[in-house]
Amino acid sequence: MILVLLILLPLLGGIASLVLKGKNSWYIGIIVSIAVILLSLLGYQEISGEGSNGFFDFQQQWIPEIGAQFSLSMNNIGFLMCVMTGIVFLLNFLALENKIPERASRFFGLSLLAMSGLLGVFLAKDALLFYIFWELALIPVYFLCSMYGGENRVKASFKFFIYTFIGSLLMLVAILYIHQASNVHSFAWADFVEAGSMLPQSTQCWLFAGFFIAFAIKMPIFPFHTWQPDTYEQSATPVTVILSAVMVKMGLFAVLVWLLPVLDAGAICWSNWVLLLCVISIIYASLMALVQTNIKRLAAYSSVAHIGLMCAAIFSYTTIGREGAMLQMFNHGINILGMWLLVHIIEHRLGTQDMRKMGGLAKTAPVFAIALVLISLANIALPLTNSFAPEFMMLNGLFNSESQFAIYFAIFAGLAVILGAIYTLNMIQRVALGPESEASAQFADLSWNERIALFAIMAIILVLGFCPGLLINLLKLGA
Amino acid sequence: MGVIVASALIAVILMFTGIIARKSKVVRMVAVAGMVVLLGIAFYDLQISSAEGLKRFNNMLVFNTYGAWFNFLIIACGLMYFLLFNKQIADVGKNDAEYFALMFFIMTGIFMLSAYNHLLILFLGIEILSIPQYILAGSDKENLKSNEASLKYFLMGAFSTGILLMGITLIYGSAGSFDIQSISQVLQDDLSALPIIGVLMILIAFGFKVSAAPMHWWTADVYDGTPTAITPYMATIVKVGAFVGFIRLFHFAFGSFSASWSTALAAIIVVTLLIGNVTAVYQQSVKRMMAYSSIAQAGFMLFAVYAVNDIAEKSIIYYAVAYTLASLGVFAAIIRRDDYSFDGFKGLGKSNPVLAGTTTVCLLSLAGIPITSGFFAKYFVLRAAMEAGTPIWLIVFAVLMAAISVYYYFRVIRAMYFEDGPDESVEPLSSTEKLFLVVNAAIVVLAGCFPSLILH
Repeated sequence: MILVLLILLPLLGGIASLVLKGKNSWYIGIIVSIAVILLSLLGYQEISGEGSNGFFDFQQQWIPEIGAQFSLSMNNIGFLMCVMTGIVFLLNFLALENKIPERASRFFGLSLLAMSGLLGVFLAKDALLFYIFWELALIPVYFLCSMYGGENRVKASFKFFIYTFIGSLLMLVAILYIHQASNVHSFAWADFVEAGSMLPQSTQCWLFAGFFIAFAIKMPIFPFHTWQPDTYEQSATPVTVILSAVMVKMGLFAVLVWLLPVLDAGAICWSNWVLLLCVISIIYASLMALVQTNIKRLAAYSSVAHIGLMCAAIFSYTTIGREGAMLQMFNHGINILGMWLLVHIIEHRLGTQDMRKMGGLAKTAPVFAIALVLISLANIALPLTNSFAPEFMMLNGLFNSESQFAIYFAIFAGLAVILGAIYTLNMIQRVALGPESEASAQFADLSWNERIALFAIMAIILVLGFCPGLLINLLKLGA
Repeated sequence: MGVIVASALIAVILMFTGIIARKSKVVRMVAVAGMVVLLGIAFYDLQISSAEGLKRFNNMLVFNTYGAWFNFLIIACGLMYFLLFNKQIADVGKNDAEYFALMFFIMTGIFMLSAYNHLLILFLGIEILSIPQYILAGSDKENLKSNEASLKYFLMGAFSTGILLMGITLIYGSAGSFDIQSISQVLQDDLSALPIIGVLMILIAFGFKVSAAPMHWWTADVYDGTPTAITPYMATIVKVGAFVGFIRLFHFAFGSFSASWSTALAAIIVVTLLIGNVTAVYQQSVKRMMAYSSIAQAGFMLFAVYAVNDIAEKSIIYYAVAYTLASLGVFAAIIRRDDYSFDGFKGLGKSNPVLAGTTTVCLLSLAGIPITSGFFAKYFVLRAAMEAGTPIWLIVFAVLMAAISVYYYFRVIRAMYFEDGPDESVEPLSSTEKLFLVVNAAIVVLAGCFPSLILH
């Protein structure tokens, strides 16, 4: 029941918000996000409890004609993603308290609907259900992107929509094919794993391509990333948060839970290519980030680089690499959330995204500057921040992977850490240090709600930075 | 059996109502009541039907559960159409009773197509389905475009009927029977060029009726020229009715030698999907866009004909309902705009949120987005095709075409929500209109969440 509530609450909350007027929808958003976090923690009780195998299931007959079931299941990675989703939405909403967007009810309503779809993706244990939630998360986000943001938002978000939709349709064909091939004609995860492993390798190879393109577009991995910087830049920052903190994790999550277990042999025949694309992604995005003057585009490219590393670590076929990637999926969500909240504060107060027009914020807004520095450092995985341990694990995994080019991949991926430091420090310098620009002299420091949100993020960064074991132990569950 | 008699009777009653009752409101009420009665009779038919079927008239008509279930659903769709459009239908011209009567006659044709077991009944059904349409297309007598549509439709329709008849003749010549089971048995063993030519001719004739490319040329002009209140009936209910006749013939009579016609049908599917979707992208009028979209949707429904199996037969019913309700919802928005171009939809999200909301749901359904019924409609036909061993490239091609369709359906959504329109004073919807629109959209979503409701 907990799992159903996890999906149902945001759905109902979203519908209620769409109907209600004014700030009520903000309260609903906050309450629902808190409820999601609490429910996920209850789910954690179940999966870590005595006698459970690290799974927590819910099953209900849905479409018996085609063997589709409404089956949900939470395991360790699903739990991490659900908590992360709850935290991201909660803090995102909280930080909006003093800058509520126009037509708030529509904004919060659609956000909550998207949340429902995202949680569904993280919990579904039935391929058809998974696909439906996958699409369901996309539609509200498409509307949000098109309604809030810069001048070219309609065009940019449409590009995003078409890209991801084509990807998901290819995935649908692959799902259909495996369903057809399975003896029992069922969509259940376990049956998919069995049916997938029975297929000959050549079939698995092209099926893998069908799935992977869908996931690669979502993450995004070079060369499927072209929608991403435009969409991140053009959509309003609170929407970008949803996209970049949670939505891209759908791709990684799907690779971990659906792609690799089901099409193992197919994955092996592509793994070098995937690793190559990931490494190209990392280097390319880092180089692009170096030359950006728009702060949102910079964050967008840095996100591509991080995702590339996570994907590469997953395909390293080492336990340590995969665990690192799972941890980083959580940590990246938190860090990039902090980044976007700061960006949103800047653009809201200064009215620009151009870093050349910023500067000297450390003087006028010291608290803000501290948050900016700490979150940026977490973003480049400095020791004692939350992403240091996972990044180390991922590079370690990549280095030890079975691929014959492992050492080159590891070296080039490692380069990204250096490049990341360059563009991030450069950004800090331009925004917080240097001479004050005219606009930044008026910059008000953080308000109470922004403080709570950012302090919470910083607390998570530091706690997980000092004791990474908290989450690593969690990953051992059910293993 | 009951529905065939009842629909014809109700049509006759309606014609007399036109003479007795002067007020169009009375006529409209009688029409809606007639549809409700028909629905009740269809329900009764469904209760007494069996999988084997009741045989009537020397086995020329067989009423089985499948046909009865289809009839029931299509009447329900017809009722929805009347509820959404009855005022607009009556406003087309002076002879409002006759428009409704003709629609009931078309229903009679559809019921024959869902029950025939004999090629002559098939022919009768097709004719009863078609002839009222020629009249309805030209019902706006003062309008030159409507006249043109009627004439064009009549000429093309008559032509295709000729081809159908020729095909039936060739089949009869080689099988020695009009009976579907006998044809299936005789031709299964002995297949010469003669029956194959016959089958291909029938394929072409049905292609005309369901507007499959390359027999689709009439579609856009006819749908565009026909009064907007009538177009949805032609584009949805009549078309899916023809599809049921199509699938019945090709599965039960010609299914035993499907290898001999499936390549030709696959070619038709490819061309239909390509032309329908690509041409729809370039339309400036939403009404014409919907005409091409109906061609594209027919391309998907053809997969159900292509795949000779159980799932295909079930899936066509689901597709029929999903496609019909979604199209009705979009047409309900088109008819309430003065300007049928995409610009005419600008700002609808602000000026008329209910209409914009229901239209969006319907457009999402046509595009095949989950949790609307359009998703499962496409899913089931593709599933059926895959089960029948369709080459995978054909399936991939179809889904890529579905991706193109997203472009033109979302153009309407973009115009409604993301572009500002002129602040014209739009005529607000009455609360009953709103209710029916919302009910329609709700069914679209409900059927999409629980497809078992319709799969039966």
